[in-house]
Amino acid sequence: MAKPAVLTHPESLKRPAGPSEYAKDPVNASMSKAEKIALYTKMARIRHFEQRCIRIYQQGKIGGFLHLYVGQEAVAAGTISLLGKHDHIITGYRDHGHGLMVGMGMNECMAELTGRVTGCSQGKGGSMHYFAPDKNYWGGHGIVGGQAPLGTGLAYAVKYLGLKGSCLAYMGDGAVNQGAVHEAYNLASLWDLPVIFVVENNGYSMGTSQERSTAHPGCLAKRAEGYNMAWDVINGHDVYEVRAKTAIALKRAHEESKPTVLEIFTYRYFGHSMADPDKTYRDKEEIKEYREKKDPVLAFEQELLREKVLTPELSLQINEAAMAEADKAAVFADESPDPTVADITKHIYWEEDNRGPKTTSRGTIIFE
Amino acid sequence: MAVISYREALRAAMREELKRDDKVVIMGEEVAQFNGAYKVTEGLLKEFGPKRIVDTPISEAGFIGLGIGASMLGIRPVMELMFWSFSYVAFDQIVNNAGNIRYMSGGLINCPIVIRGPANGGTNVGATHSHTPEAILASHPGIKVVCPATPYDAKGLMKAAIRDNDPVYVMENTILYNDKGEVPDEDYIVPLGVADVKRVGTDLTIVAHGRAVITSLKAAEILEKEHGVSVEVVDLRSIRPLDEETILASVRKTHRALLVEENKPFCGVDAQVAYLIQSKAFDELDAPIHRVSSIDAPQIYCKRMEDLQMPNVERVVAEALKVLA
Repeated sequence: MAKPAVLTHPESLKRPAGPSEYAKDPVNASMSKAEKIALYTKMARIRHFEQRCIRIYQQGKIGGFLHLYVGQEAVAAGTISLLGKHDHIITGYRDHGHGLMVGMGMNECMAELTGRVTGCSQGKGGSMHYFAPDKNYWGGHGIVGGQAPLGTGLAYAVKYLGLKGSCLAYMGDGAVNQGAVHEAYNLASLWDLPVIFVVENNGYSMGTSQERSTAHPGCLAKRAEGYNMAWDVINGHDVYEVRAKTAIALKRAHEESKPTVLEIFTYRYFGHSMADPDKTYRDKEEIKEYREKKDPVLAFEQELLREKVLTPELSLQINEAAMAEADKAAVFADESPDPTVADITKHIYWEEDNRGPKTTSRGTIIFE
Repeated sequence: MAVISYREALRAAMREELKRDDKVVIMGEEVAQFNGAYKVTEGLLKEFGPKRIVDTPISEAGFIGLGIGASMLGIRPVMELMFWSFSYVAFDQIVNNAGNIRYMSGGLINCPIVIRGPANGGTNVGATHSHTPEAILASHPGIKVVCPATPYDAKGLMKAAIRDNDPVYVMENTILYNDKGEVPDEDYIVPLGVADVKRVGTDLTIVAHGRAVITSLKAAEILEKEHGVSVEVVDLRSIRPLDEETILASVRKTHRALLVEENKPFCGVDAQVAYLIQSKAFDELDAPIHRVSSIDAPQIYCKRMEDLQMPNVERVVAEALKVLA
């Protein structure tokens, strides 16, 4: 198989985690102690939430698919920590981390997994379909790459309304070969839309490695050049680097209304989903290597310990609190009621849920 | 009351809604500078400018998806598909995204988008450009589908669709674009889900939608003049929501039903209507329900054969006489 002669990957990716060269970047240096601790806390919460999910899944309480974010925390944490009032996000099915980052509660997230009426989508969406539009989070989408045009449309709306904002449209590395993504790239660049396509490259589209799935000119982000778009590559194990480089793309969106493709190199510790036995396409040594040398949560903890922002005691306290919060959410998800049969036919149409003088439709809309 | 064409009626609906609501945006291939592939949007760019009337590349999954995303933030896009046949390359956006987002978000997100364009055979363009996907799309809860047959309905349904807070797919017909009819000067809408009795009769109910209504009305004339049969023609206008009461009321009066549509027979709109009649008015029927649909094959190119493939006046008359026998 033909491989590109030069891989255009971030330099920092080649080294084991150590002091971040992006700590002094203004976007990071300007963070207060409290902000840094809050960011670490959010990363730890994602980690412990996901690990708690594994136990509930193994107990048979979560149906359907469960795609875990463990190992990729710095991507959602770094990017979303930069966002303001008119910045929106949308992602694929590996969507728990983004939800917790925008401020969704563990209870509603966990209860959605167990299909309870107290879940964020009242048990109608499941793991792949988290939504929190009040927090500018537009899902949670199950079909690979299908969210890319939607994200482009959110950015179009921001621009149409004359707001200084953006949309971050996340996808996995497997999505870059979908037509919808290429169509979105073209429209974003053609119409100067403030969208940032974030390719979370964890190396595998389900069980197919990038080498076996994708022809590219050195990296996936570089495909942006074909659409006359800016691009960058980011070490997704370093939350400071994620923030520093995403900030540049955000400025481009806010100041120039121009799109960017960011490829963030990351790694998932578990299978594509819990249904993936993870035995056929990568070896355990590779996973061990990432866990031990590049773990994004551990790396940020070390960074903050060096900066004397964190102490081992505080870190322990944060992690124990996150674990306790996840445990409580698991109980909540377990004890919450199911939706009812009558609930099955709610939320299909605005019209049906809002019958009154303002509705423009009559007739039978839900059939027996 | 002005007499205008079906095309002009659609345009008038869009123009009035563009004026009424600055969140309304017209988007599609060739809708602006080219004035519309079928000239439905002619003159709108000049009147409203490029922010409101937007030409897109040939990229249906991309621009339809973009419109859906924009609608989630409150924009009200009216997207033109040059042909509904082209919706198939954007099916994931049209069905999975627009149709499911309200449900999967537990009612948190709305998708007030209109997708419109012609969906018809009979134009001698072969199978790929002759699809009539109203039954396919209406089979997805979350989606609304309307098929206007006259200028009055085209304008009223289009205006209702643009004001609607759910995704509404408007299926037009290129053969009807030049048909003329009376349209009120004042503001009006035709609510979705309300059928219209286009001809009153006592012996037989014909249920139809889209151009099949026009065909059925012509057949009804012949049945009256040549066979002394009084035919009632019910125009569904809206496929989902469906006006079950008007259909049933007519069947309860005539006791006989013929269903006419330009779809292929398998799982067409008529299958749903036939089920409705037998389940709620079985005892009212004096004869089995019959139907006339397109001959079950991909749309043939040859014009002479295509005219025979689709429901035409002769086939409707012949089938009506069988129901009446």
